[in-house]
This record gives sequence, structure tokens and C-alpha cells, in this order.
Amino acid sequence: MQPIVVTAMGIISSIGNSVEENLYSLLEGKPQISRLDNLRSTLRDNIKVGEIKLSNSELAKRLGIDPRAEYSRTALLGIWAAKEAIAGLSADEVKSLGFVSASTVGGMDKTEQFFYEYKTNVEARRHIYTHNIGENTRMIADYFGIGGMVTAVSTACSSSANAIMVGTNLLRTGRLSQVLVGGSDALCKFTINGFNSLMILSDDACKPFDRNRKGLNLGEGAAYLLIETKENAVRHGRTVLAVLSGWGNTNEAYHQTASSAEGDGAAAAMAKAIDIASIAPHDIDYINAHGTATDNNDMSESVAIRRIFGNEVPDFSSTKAFTGHTLAAASSVEAVYSILSIRESVVFPSLNFENPIEETNLTPQTTLKHKPIRNVLSNSFGFGGNCSTLIFSKYEK
Amino acid sequence: MKNRVYINGSCAISSQPTFEGDFLDNINENVQDNVLPVIEPNYRDYIAPPAIRRMSRAVKMGIVASKRALGEACLELPEAIAVGTGMGCVQDSEKFLRAVLDNEEQYLTPTAFIQSTHNTVAGQIALELQCKGANFTFVDGSTSFESALSDAAMQIELGDIRNALVGGVDENTPYCLEIYELDNIIKPRHEAPFSITDARSKGVVFSEGASFFVLSDERNEHTYAALADVDFRNDVPDTGVFIGDFLSRNNLDIDDIDLMLSGRNGNSEDLAGFDTAETLMRCTKLYYKHLSGDYFTASAFGFWVACNVLRSGHVPQLLKPVGTPSEEVRNVLIYNQFRGKGQSLILLQKV
Repeated sequence: MQPIVVTAMGIISSIGNSVEENLYSLLEGKPQISRLDNLRSTLRDNIKVGEIKLSNSELAKRLGIDPRAEYSRTALLGIWAAKEAIAGLSADEVKSLGFVSASTVGGMDKTEQFFYEYKTNVEARRHIYTHNIGENTRMIADYFGIGGMVTAVSTACSSSANAIMVGTNLLRTGRLSQVLVGGSDALCKFTINGFNSLMILSDDACKPFDRNRKGLNLGEGAAYLLIETKENAVRHGRTVLAVLSGWGNTNEAYHQTASSAEGDGAAAAMAKAIDIASIAPHDIDYINAHGTATDNNDMSESVAIRRIFGNEVPDFSSTKAFTGHTLAAASSVEAVYSILSIRESVVFPSLNFENPIEETNLTPQTTLKHKPIRNVLSNSFGFGGNCSTLIFSKYEK
Repeated sequence: MKNRVYINGSCAISSQPTFEGDFLDNINENVQDNVLPVIEPNYRDYIAPPAIRRMSRAVKMGIVASKRALGEACLELPEAIAVGTGMGCVQDSEKFLRAVLDNEEQYLTPTAFIQSTHNTVAGQIALELQCKGANFTFVDGSTSFESALSDAAMQIELGDIRNALVGGVDENTPYCLEIYELDNIIKPRHEAPFSITDARSKGVVFSEGASFFVLSDERNEHTYAALADVDFRNDVPDTGVFIGDFLSRNNLDIDDIDLMLSGRNGNSEDLAGFDTAETLMRCTKLYYKHLSGDYFTASAFGFWVACNVLRSGHVPQLLKPVGTPSEEVRNVLIYNQFRGKGQSLILLQKV
């Protein structure tokens, strides 16, 4: 099989507006989990979030977009991250570029603002059509004039991992030579209240894999990877950042939202990805875990990690204590971190951890650790039983 | 060598009685309404009654259409599920959003939120079938179904899987229909009677439905057709070039296409695209949106129509053929777009 490689990436999250800013925060151990400032919610004082402090009008202004245009925050964040990822492409390359973007909220931020006004406020009606996720993807594609196959994936918190997998299919079948893959999601009242009604939001900074974890911090962000076949990258003399060597998508078919206590789906996704990468579990040097810090996820994921790695669990951490859980963008945000881990030869720390979960007794890496990294496994699990795993490997010519 | 992809089972739930009976039996063209209500099957025949109460229409239609399509293909458990939906689970999204807004973010219960995620239909089908394979949901406007179809077909071509369940599903709510009419996505009521060939105004006659299919690398006695190719674009500068490139990558010439199924929808924003495509193709053209109405996954209904035409070898007059169909129909091209965007092409071949 023709290897698939990552040749560029872009990101915006609460810990930085670019790849290098994100790396700086990760290396310095600087999370950005705060109260809500941009979004008005009555839950403001009850929760902490990974909010990007740039307002919509600041984002629009810096992107050269009329702030009065109908762009949702999801689209603005997506454009921001995509811009960094495709900065090195020529106009012709953008014209034939494919784009697979993930989101769960699309234009919900505008919908919740204008929902009851549409009958009377004619001006607000331009937000009706752009509520749909597909339209947000189109807004991002149109900003750059992306002319290849464009589509959007929405599979809850595993969305952008699955968008990345769709991209690999487009490359492996030869339908495209280059595709931009990832996801974008903005904070909105709809999701904040949804997770709050499930009683899985923490009122403090989240503590992934800790025995006394209290729930997750929601976040927002966007991240994209430019992927292509190795042959195409070499032919165009591009710098290869990493190899996308394995992927696995399974459905647990257990419960609409919860993960099984046995971690069946998570274990199956990891096993599938390791198999495709043609490596053994002991070849994994770092696991960037889903690690949302909910009771259910961290327990289920820990059990699954034990099932795959036994007593030789590699260094693992959840970076969600830095950024919050960025939902559809989480997998691509963490894909960027996984690639940075390979490039910088570091394991990023899992913050706020104190005591391991009794049943599985797993302790994440809690400080920055320098060591050579060849293979990183990154997990993402979502509502609807979706379990996804990606493996990124060091590129050797 | 890539694997061929066959369509071995299908089921359409639409605003026509397509769920029961033979292909396009008892069809009535409704030209008076700007929204065509879906004819729902008897869900109790397929889903346990306590579960039915919790499910939104999209989930129920999706599960029933899936089971019917799988039954027809004599396949119990697909290896993967791919669903396309333009709007997702609007009923539960709206229900939860209203609760958030009306109660100022207080006293909320999670049920509607849980069921509001766009992958609820695919997730519930997986739960119902206990299907643990790859599970994808695409939400990409008028190319949502094409995205699901294309991804499942690629996985079969690559040999990753041997079969897949693929579908397109959309549901509406009264408020959604109301604001879509305000935004000229739906034609105003007073313009009735409606015709897909009358594109003087913006908007379409809207509807909803679910059309599901079983794709396989193996032909059997139920096979409808072979799926040769799918392609779609966000923005097409030149429809002629788009179609020309698609045909040439399939080693076909314009005259090799025997039938074109056009998604013509009476929307002024789509007129130029449909005119160009239909003028370019010299074969007989067929239509379906006067029967199904238009919605983001209406092309899945069109796909169902094309599959049936190919298997039966018969072109019903209800599809308003323009031109005389050739004696033998081998290649069928399906063309669609919505609001000037999301143009798609699907090539089906006789087996």
C-alpha cells in the first residue's frame, strides 16, 4: 500500500492560534481553561471551558471577512486553521485540492441567537441555510476556492478522525492526490447545555484518568492536516511531517451515548489501527488518549488500553486538560499534537492528575518527557458508539 | 484490480407509496402542495413498540428502510454503515434548542440532546443490527448521500470490506419548514400548481424521506445494477467540463449514456446547471423530483429510481421521459445539484 503522509498542518485552539503557539503552550505546560467570555450563558459561573479568546469580529477582521457576513464561528475557526495548513500550496493545487471537514454544531451559534427572530427579522434569515454543517464546510472551501471533492463528516466526538479516514480512502483509490482533512467546532449554548444536562461538565479544570475526576471541560477549535500519498509528496519535494500509518473505525453498538465497561469498541478500534499500521502494540511509544475526564470514558478507555497493551502500557496522556474537549475538532487537534510529539521527541503531560483509577491502576505521563517517538496512537470516541483510532509514525525516507 | 460494486438491495420511504408494492405503483403526482408529507410505513412491523416511542422520524425511517434493504439483499449483517443526511436529527435538535432558550438554560433533561447528534440514525441502526463495523455519517448538503455512497464504494473497491449498508435520510419539523419558506428554500404556497419545469422563482417543493441500499462486491439474483462511479463538487465552474471529465475517467463517451436521470427541481438557482447538463447529454432524460419533492437527500430517492429502471429494463411514463429510450439501457447517469452548489454525478451500469 502506498504510504499516506502528512505534509502540512494548521490549528487554532484555546492554547494558541497556530501550530507553533500550540506547541509552546504544550511544552511550557500552559493550559487555557477559563470562564466563558465571548459566549453569553447562564452557566458561566458553573463551568470552565477551553474558549478561544478572539471574538468573531476579530477573527473575521484578521481573515479579511466582512464581520456582517453570515459566517458562523465554526466556519471562521475552520478558515483560520485551514489557512495555516494550506499556506504552502499554489493556486492550482488549491483548485484540485479535496476537503473533508468535520463538525457537530455547524452554524448552531447563529441559530440559537436568532431562532425566534426569523419570522420578523428579515436580515437574520441569511443564517437559516448556513445552520447546516455542509454549508459551513462550503464556506471554508469557498474562502480558498478549494475545487476538488468537498464533503463533511459528523460522528460526534470522533468526527475529525473519521474525516481523516475518508481522506485516506480518497488517496488510496487515487481519486485525489492531496486532501485537507480535519474539523472545526465552536462553543455554543446548545452543546454546553447538552453536556451539562448529562451532568458530565466539570466546574473546575478537568482531571483526565484521575480517580476523583469530575467531568470534562468543553473547548473549541479547528485543526487540519494536509495529507497526500508519499509518491505525490516526494514528486513535489514537500517536507513530510509524519506518516499516517494506521486507522480504525468501529461501532460499539452498545449504547447511544455510553461506552461499555469492557471498552469493547475502543479496544477494537485500537487493534484495527495497529493491524493496518503493521506494527505490534509494543511499537507504540505514546498514546494520546481520548481522556475526556468523564467517569465513563476514562474508565472504559483505561480498560481498553489494558486489554491491548497488558502490563506494558506505553506513556500516555490526555491533552484535553490543556484545550478542553473540542468535540468534532478534537481528533484533528490531537492529530496535530501527535505529529508534534514525533517531531519534537516529547510526550506531552497529562495535567491535574493525582491518583490512578483503582480498577485499572493506570498513571498517565504527568510531566513533559523527552524521548524518541516513532509511533503515536491517538484515540477518539463519540456518541452513537463511534470509536476511532489513528496512528502517526515517524517518516523515514 | 479494484473490486466492482453492486447494489443488491434497496428500499425507499418517500412522499409516494414506494415502500409497498411494485416499482412506482399507485403513484400520484401532487402539484398543489409546496411540502410533500412522507408516507410512513407501519414501524411496528420492524421495531419493538417501546423503542418506537423514543425515536424521531429520521431514526425510524432509517431503521425500517435499512432492514427492508438488507432483507432484499439477503444480508443479515453489513460490514459497514454509511449514512448521509443534510439536516440531521432536526426534531430532537429543535426540541432541545427550544428547551434551552425557553427555560434560560435551566431544568434541562438530556434525552433530546443525546438524540440530536447527526450520527444518531447510523448509531441506532448499528445498535439495532449489532453492527460493529465502520460507521460513518456525512452531513454535506445536497451531496450528503453521494458522500456516503462514495465512501462505502471506495472501501469495497479497496477490499477493506465486502459489503455495506448505505442510505440517505432527512426529516422535517413544522418550524423548519416555515423558516425555509421564509428564506425561499421552499416555494411559496401561492405559486401552486408546481412543476419541476417551471423555474421562474427561487425554491423547491420540499419533502423528506429515507432511501437505503446494500452495496456488495458480489452479484446475486437480486442485483439491481453495478455502481461504476460517484463524483461531486462543492462548486463547479463549468458543468460541461465536470460531466466530460467524469465520463472520460470511466472511458465513456457522451453517446454511451443511454439514460440521464436529472434532479431538475424547478428552482431558478439551479436552472442553468440542469439546462447545461441536459443539453449536453443527447440521450433520453428522466425526472423524479415531481414525485419525491426535493430535499438534501432526495438524490437517494433518484438513485432508487435509477436502480429500479435498470433492473426492470422498463421506463415508466411517470418519470416523464424526454426522448425515446434506447432498446437496451446499459449506462445511466444521475445528475443533481441544489441552490447552484453541490453538483453530483453517479454512473450506474446494467449487469
